Amino acid sequence: MPLNLFEQFQRIANAYFLFLLVLQVIPQISSLSWFTTVVPLVLVLTVTAAKDATDDIVSKLRGEKWMNVQVGDIIKLENNQFVTADLMLLSSSEPLNLVYIETAELDGETNLKVRQALTVTGDLGEDVEKLADFNGEVRCEPPNNRLDRFMGTLTYAGQKYPLDNEKVLLRGCTLRNTQWCFGLVLFGGPETKLMQNCGKTTFKRTSIDRLMNVLVLCIFGFLAFMCTVLAIGNCFWELNEGSNFTAFLPRQDGNEATFSAFLAFWSYVIILNTVVPISLYVSVEIIRLGNSFYIDWDGKMYHAANDTPAEARTTTLNEELGQIQYVFSDKTGTLTQNIMTFNKCSVNGKSYGDVFDSTGQRLEVDFSFNSLADPRFVFHDHSLVEAVKLENPEVHAFFRLLALCHTVMAEEKREGELFYLAQSPDEGALVTAARNFGFVFRSRTPDSVSIVEMGRQRSYELLAILDFNNVRKRMSVIVRSPEGKLSLYCKGADTIIYERLHRSCSKLMDVTTEHLNEFAGEGLRTLALAYKDLDEEYFNGWKRRHHEVSTSLDGREGKLDELYEEIEKDLLLLGATAVEDKLQDGVPQTIELLSKAHIKIWVLTGDKQETAENIGYSCNLLREEMNEVFVVSGNSPEDVRQELRSEVSPIGKCFPSHPIHFFVLIRGSELAFLRLACLCKAVICCRVTPLQKAQVVELVKKHKQAVTLAIGDGANDVSMIKAAHIGVGISGQEGMQAVLSSDYSFAQFRFLQRLLLVHGRWSYLRMCKFLRYFFYKNFTFTFVHFWYAFFCGFSAQTVYDEWFITLYNLVYTALPVLGMSLFDQDVNDAWSFQHPQLYVPGQLNLYFSKKAFFKCALHSCYSSLVLFFIPYAAVHDTVRDDGKDVADYQSFALLTQTCLLFAVTIQLGFEMSYWTAVNTFFVLGSLAMYFAVTFTMYSDGMFLTLPSAFPFIGTGRNSLNQPNIWLTILLTSILCVLPVVTYRFLFIQLCPTINDKVMFKVRQAKATPPPPPRRTRIRRTSSRRSGYAFSHAQGYGDLVTSGRFLRRPALPRSSGFSHAGRTTTSFSPMGRSAGYSPTGRPQNAKVSDVEVTSLQMYKTIRDPAL
Amino acid sequence: MGKEGGCGQNKTMVKQEQELANRPDNTAFTQQRLPAWQPMLSAGIVIPGFVIIGLAFIGIGVALFITSKNIQVMEMDYTGFEPDSDCFKCSNPEEKNCVCQLDFNISSRFEGPVFFYYGLSNYFQNYRRYGVSKDDAQLSGDLDNFKSPSDTCSPYDTDGIKPIVPCGSIANSMFNDTFLLYREVNGTNELVPLDGKGIAWWTDYNVKYRNPNVTPLKEAFEGTVKPLFWPRPAYELDTSDPNNNGFINQDFLVWMRRAALPDFRKLYRRIAQGDYARGLPAGNYSLKIAYNYPVLSFQGRKKVVFSNVSWMGGRNDFLGIAYLVIGSMCVFMSIVMLIVYAKFKFPEED
Repeated sequence: MPLNLFEQFQRIANAYFLFLLVLQVIPQISSLSWFTTVVPLVLVLTVTAAKDATDDIVSKLRGEKWMNVQVGDIIKLENNQFVTADLMLLSSSEPLNLVYIETAELDGETNLKVRQALTVTGDLGEDVEKLADFNGEVRCEPPNNRLDRFMGTLTYAGQKYPLDNEKVLLRGCTLRNTQWCFGLVLFGGPETKLMQNCGKTTFKRTSIDRLMNVLVLCIFGFLAFMCTVLAIGNCFWELNEGSNFTAFLPRQDGNEATFSAFLAFWSYVIILNTVVPISLYVSVEIIRLGNSFYIDWDGKMYHAANDTPAEARTTTLNEELGQIQYVFSDKTGTLTQNIMTFNKCSVNGKSYGDVFDSTGQRLEVDFSFNSLADPRFVFHDHSLVEAVKLENPEVHAFFRLLALCHTVMAEEKREGELFYLAQSPDEGALVTAARNFGFVFRSRTPDSVSIVEMGRQRSYELLAILDFNNVRKRMSVIVRSPEGKLSLYCKGADTIIYERLHRSCSKLMDVTTEHLNEFAGEGLRTLALAYKDLDEEYFNGWKRRHHEVSTSLDGREGKLDELYEEIEKDLLLLGATAVEDKLQDGVPQTIELLSKAHIKIWVLTGDKQETAENIGYSCNLLREEMNEVFVVSGNSPEDVRQELRSEVSPIGKCFPSHPIHFFVLIRGSELAFLRLACLCKAVICCRVTPLQKAQVVELVKKHKQAVTLAIGDGANDVSMIKAAHIGVGISGQEGMQAVLSSDYSFAQFRFLQRLLLVHGRWSYLRMCKFLRYFFYKNFTFTFVHFWYAFFCGFSAQTVYDEWFITLYNLVYTALPVLGMSLFDQDVNDAWSFQHPQLYVPGQLNLYFSKKAFFKCALHSCYSSLVLFFIPYAAVHDTVRDDGKDVADYQSFALLTQTCLLFAVTIQLGFEMSYWTAVNTFFVLGSLAMYFAVTFTMYSDGMFLTLPSAFPFIGTGRNSLNQPNIWLTILLTSILCVLPVVTYRFLFIQLCPTINDKVMFKVRQAKATPPPPPRRTRIRRTSSRRSGYAFSHAQGYGDLVTSGRFLRRPALPRSSGFSHAGRTTTSFSPMGRSAGYSPTGRPQNAKVSDVEVTSLQMYKTIRDPAL
Repeated sequence: MGKEGGCGQNKTMVKQEQELANRPDNTAFTQQRLPAWQPMLSAGIVIPGFVIIGLAFIGIGVALFITSKNIQVMEMDYTGFEPDSDCFKCSNPEEKNCVCQLDFNISSRFEGPVFFYYGLSNYFQNYRRYGVSKDDAQLSGDLDNFKSPSDTCSPYDTDGIKPIVPCGSIANSMFNDTFLLYREVNGTNELVPLDGKGIAWWTDYNVKYRNPNVTPLKEAFEGTVKPLFWPRPAYELDTSDPNNNGFINQDFLVWMRRAALPDFRKLYRRIAQGDYARGLPAGNYSLKIAYNYPVLSFQGRKKVVFSNVSWMGGRNDFLGIAYLVIGSMCVFMSIVMLIVYAKFKFPEED
C-alpha cells in the first residue's frame, strides 16, 4: 500500500496532537483545557476517515481486468483487440500465419507492422484441442526494456526453432486486419517490455508541498524560539517579582525559578501551538479536492464525440498546474489524430482542393457516380470530378498512377466492399482518393494489378516494383497496360523527383513548385508524381540486367540502386498530392497560447524525423521565422558531441535522432544537450524510446528545477507521464495505459490550455491566497499571546476564552477562507485566455514563497501588536458607563478576540477578489455565528448546566453594551487594515503587476469578455516541403511480388458500376479505406447521405459506349 | 410511416442521451460562473474612502477627547512608601490593625455620581496559576465541594485538617483594607455615606455565585475554616446586611472578577446618597484607612481613586487621541495617494 503524503502528515499530526494532549494533562503545565485539542483532533480524524473511505472505493472501482493472465497461458486475440501481455505468436487467421499490428501505443509509429508465426505452430490453426495439447518449451532472455529486440528458442517435438522480434506480439500493440490469432504468454504484468519501459511510480508532491514542509520545520523552530524567550522571561520574572508575590500565590514546588521556567516553556508550547499549521494540511486537501472536482465538472473540457469528460485522477497536485514551465508532448494520437486525408492536389499545373462557394461554405463532392467509392471520403473541389469525367488525360494518368503505384493490398469480403491494407497511412489515403475518383484498385496478384478504371475492369501486368527506401525516397512501378503500353510510374519526395524530370517539364515544374509551396505552407505532406513511357526493347535489356543483379551475391544493393537510378530518369511530371496528417482540433492555437504563457513545449516522439518535423510545422511549434533549424543527428557518440559543441543560433530545433546514440548522449553529454535544447525555442526529439522520454523529462527536472508536465495517449508515454511532475493522459481512446498512470486525463490536447491557464492558474492563485491568509490569521492569533506574556508574569495565561481558541480555526474563520479558496478568481476564463501572460507569476513562484511567507509573518506581527496594545491602552484604566469593572480579564479577553475576528475577517475581505453570494454568506455568517456562539456560551443556561466549562457567563452582556468597547473594535480593525490598503494601492499605482493591469482592463471593459479570437487558418509561404512519410523500413515490395499474400481466393468480378446495389450501411465501421487510418477511426467523415445527381446519369449514358 | 419515424427519432434521442451520460452538468456552480462582485482597490474608491474614514475618525476623536477631558479623576497613593506619609507607619507588616489617614482637598465640585475605587499596582491577578486557584462548583453553592474543595485550590484547599471555604488563592488574597471618607464641614468631620450595593456585575451576584440553600448560612460552613488571610468567615463578611454575605458579598464578587492587567482598580463604593448624589462639594476631606493589605513585599502600590463617568465610561484620553491621530493620518495618506495617482497612474495601454 503506498504511503501517501496525506497519511504521512496525518501520522505526524496525530503524534503532535497526542503530545499536546499529554502536556495538557500535566496540571503544572496545562495552560488550556483538553477540549481545545480534542475537538480539532476529532475533526481531522473524521475528515481523514472520510477521505480514506472514498479513496478505497475509487481504487476498488479501478481494478484491472487482465490481472489473471499468466505466463504459459494461450490466449486468443481478435481483430482490433489490445495485446495485454508479451506473446509468442502461435497461429493466425491470415495466410502464412501473418498478423498485422499497430504499434502506435508502443513506439508512436503510425504504420502497420507484420508479424509471422512459425510454420510449425501456425499449423495448429484454430483447433483449440490441438492448441491445448501444444507442448513446447520456450527459452528466452530475461525481462528487459528493449522494444526492438527479442531472442529465444522454442523447443517443440525435439526440434529447436529460433524466436526473434518478428514472432512476438508485445503488450501495447493492437491487432489489425487480422480476424484472430493465438499467442503464448511469455511475459505478463510487470515483466512485459512495456511495463519495463514504464519507469517507477513515485509519489508526486507539489512544490508548494515541499515549501510547506520547509516552512513547517521553520515554524517549529520559531515556536521553540518563542517559548524559550518566554521561558527565560518567566525565569527572570520569578526571580524579581514572583518570589516576592508568594504572600498571595505561594510556590508549591519550592521556589525554583528555573523549574518554573521549564514548566512555562511547555505551557507556552501548548498555547502557541497554533502557529504550527497542522490543521492546514486538512484544509489544503479539501481545497485541492474541491478544485479537482471543478476539473471533473468542466463542460468545456468535455468531449462529446466520445462522451469523455476531463478527470482529475490525482487530487493533490492542483496548484502545480499553475506553475508549469515545460510541457513534454507525445506526437501520435496526442497532437495528431493519426488520420491521413487526401486534401489537395495539383494536376498538370492546376491546383484542386480548397473551394468555397459564394456563401463561404465548403461543398462536398458527390461521388455517387462511382458505386465503389468510399462513402467516408470527402473532397471539396468539384472541378476535379468534372475533369475526371471529361476524360482529361493528365487527370486520368494522375489517378491511374495513384491506383497502380503502391504496395497496398485490397480485400473484398463482399461484392463492392473493399478494404485496403496499407503499410503507411499516407498510401492508404492516396489509393482511397484514386478509388473515389474512379480509379479503383481492386486486387493484385504477384504479377498483375487489377483496377476498375471509370467503370472498366482493367488488369495491368506488374513488371517490377522499384521499392521505397529511406535513401531513394521514392517508389516506382513498371506496368504493361491491357493495350500493351509499357509505363513507369513514380511517386516520391518532390526534390528527388525534380532531379529526374525531363527538360520539357520545366514550365510545369515552376507552377507545380508554387503549388507545392502552398501545400507545404498549410502543413500538408506533399508528394510529386511522374511517369514515363518505356521502350519495349530497352526495358527487356534492363530487365535482364535486373535479373542478373538480383541473383548476384556481392554488392547487390548498390547495383540495384544504380539500375533503378538509370531507369528513373527523364520522367514527365504529372502533378503533386497533398495529404493532411490530421491534427487534433485546436492544436496550433493551443500551442501558440501556451508559448505565449512562457510554457516551453517539447515534442518527444518515437516517430521518424521527417514526420515529426512536418507536424512541428503544421502545429505551429516550428515557424518559418525560426530560420536556423538545428538538427542533431550524429550517428556516433563523437558526432553528437561534436554537433553539440558547435556554435548554434539560439533559434531552432534539434533532433537527436538515432536512439542508440541518444542513449550515449544522455550519459555522456547530457548537460551540453540540455544547454542547447534550452536555448532553442522549440525542441523535437525523434525516435526516442519510452524510457528515453522519461530520461529527457528527468534531465529537465534535475537541472532546470522546473515544473514539468508530460502529456501523451499511449503506453509509450507512461514512463514520461510518471516521471513528470504532472502527467496527463489523453482519454477516450482504445489504450488505457497512459490514462491509468496519469494524474489528469481528458480527450483532446486542446483542453490542456484550459487545464493550465484556467484551472491551474486559479488553483495556484487560490492555494497561495489560502496559505498566505491562513498563516496570517493563525500567526496573528498566536502572537497576541506572546505580547500578553509580558503583562501576566509569563505565566502562560491565554488572552482569549478557551472556547474561542477551540472554535477559531474550526468555526469562526474556516468557511470564509474555504469559500475564498474554492470560488476566488481574479479574472474569468475568457480573460485568462486573452492574457496568457497571467500564467507567468505562477512559474516564477511569485504568490507564495519564503519571501511571501516572511511578509505574512511581519504583517501578523504588526496586526498582533495593534490587536493587543490598542485594547490594552483603551481599557486598562477605564470603567463601564455605570462605573463598574470592564478591565477585568474576561472582558479584556472578549474584547481582544472580537477585535481579532473583525480584523482577520476584514483582511479576508481585501484578499478576496470574487464575492459570490456564497462567499458573502460565509463571511457574514461566520461573524454572526461568532456572536451567536459567544452569547450562547456566555449565557446563564450554559453556565448552570456546566459551571466549570462556561465561566465567562455574562461577559458578553456586560461589556459588549459599552460604546468604548465598540469604538476600540472599530479602531483596531481599521488600524489593522489601513496600512495594507495603502501599501497595495500605492503598489498598484507605482509598479502594477500583470494581474493588476488585466483586472483594470476587465473593469474598463465592464467585465464583458473580449470577442473570441478569430480562428485564423495558419498560412505560411514556405520554401520547405514535407517529405513522404513512408515507413522507415524497407517497403513491402518484396512481399507483394513474392505472392505470399495472395492465397485467399479472389471474388468474382463484376462491373464496378452497378447503380442499384450500393448501400452505405454495408460498410463496417472498422473498414479502412477512405482517408486511411490505422486506428480505424472514421476520417473525412461525411455526415449526410449522398444524393443521386445528374452525374450518375452522365455515367449511365457513357457506359454503353464501352 | 410517421409512427415509425417517430420511433426512430425516439430511439436516436435515447441513444444520444445514453452516449452523453458523462456530460457534466452545465450549472453556474460547476462551471465556475457564479455571479460575483469583484471589488478592486481603485483610486475612485480608496481615496474618497480614506477621506471619509479620516474625517469620521477626527470627528469621533474630538468627541471622545472632549468627553474624556470633562471626566474628573482624582488618584491618591496611600501605600506609605514615603516616610513622610501618614501610612508609612502601617507599611510594616508587623503592624496589626493599623489605621492611617489621608487628607485631601477638592477645589471645585466633583460632579456626581462619584465612584470610589481602590487600585493596586504590580499585582498579578492575571497570573495563570493564581487565576485557576478557585473552585467554581464550591462558589456556586455546591455543598460537596465545601467538604472536599477542588485540587486547583491547592495549597489553599485545606488548612491541613478542615477544608477552606472559599478555597483558593484568589479568595484568600481578597483585598481587606477598608475606608471611611469624612468631609470637613464647619470644622467637624462629616461622614460621607458610601453605597456598596450593586457594585458587582448583576450576573455575578445573581447567577454565577450562589450561596448554598441553607439557612442560616452559617450552618453550611459547618466543618470548614475561613481562608487564612481573612479576619472573618465568609458568612460574616457584612454584619450590617445579611444578604451581602457568603459568596454573594459585593466586595468579594468585585475581587473575584480578576483584573486583566497587573495595574488595576476596582470599584469600592459609590458616593450617591443624599446631598452627595450630585457630587462632592469643594472642600477638605480626610480618608480613614484601615491598613491591612500588604503590598510592599512585592513592590506593589495601593491607591484610592475618585472618578465620575460619562457615556464612554471612565476617563481615557488614549482613545480620543488615537482616533484623532489615525483620522489625520488617513486624510494625509489620501493626499499622498492622490499625488501618486495623478503622477504615476499606471499606464492603461498594454
